[in-house]
Amino acid sequence: MKNEMKMEFDAISANEAFARVAVAAFVSELDPTLEEISDIKTAVSEAVTNAVIHGYDGIEGGKVNIRCFIDQDVLHVEIIDKGKGIDDIEKAMEPLFTTKPELNRSGMGFPFMEAFMDDLEVLSVPGEGTTVIMKKKIGCIPWIGDEE
Amino acid sequence: MSGNFKVIDNYLMVRMPEEIDHHKSSYISENADKFIVREQINHVVFDFEDTKFMDSSGIGIILGRYKKIACFGGKVFAIHTDHRIRHLLMISGLHKIVEIMD
Repeated sequence: MKNEMKMEFDAISANEAFARVAVAAFVSELDPTLEEISDIKTAVSEAVTNAVIHGYDGIEGGKVNIRCFIDQDVLHVEIIDKGKGIDDIEKAMEPLFTTKPELNRSGMGFPFMEAFMDDLEVLSVPGEGTTVIMKKKIGCIPWIGDEE
Repeated sequence: MSGNFKVIDNYLMVRMPEEIDHHKSSYISENADKFIVREQINHVVFDFEDTKFMDSSGIGIILGRYKKIACFGGKVFAIHTDHRIRHLLMISGLHKIVEIMD
């Protein structure tokens, strides 16, 4: 099965909920479990939030693009911003690292994306923007078991 | 919305919304901080009964409040957590500082 979807929206926090629900609705044809839907929604929410508060930090009129496609039973999600980019990607991905502690950011955005998706790739050019590419196979046994 | 905050003795009870993300988080953090200062709060209880979605913004809310009260011996509690919320607290290491109660 193949299917593709693209969307563009203003980089404002009110659109975070819209973005994650749209991606979750798109993947519904693969018949994901509630757990898988929650995983995808959390990961998309993290990436879009990063684009809004870090990518377009203080820049008016920014847009976030999302491209999703389904290939067999794998969901691919790309979240693209044309914001300020990331200087040190490795550092940015470290758990608990944040450049915005004053905004009550936990530094768990990238770790959550990593935990809930099967694959995470971050491409970024300072001054040009950031693309986060995530993949998740739907309908397989989760990698991370429940704590109970 | 102010009904989401309740003071019982020196405890602040925070009823978390259905969806906790960055968009909602500043409202919760700012209001909780007002209560903490004004009502001389020692401990904060986060109630997740209504919560169906949370991302790392929820972790930021809890961590931020913990930092405000921990230096005065305050504690943070999480109640009515489902397995998803508990999982998020575990992978972010917050279960070490938050008392998770059923």
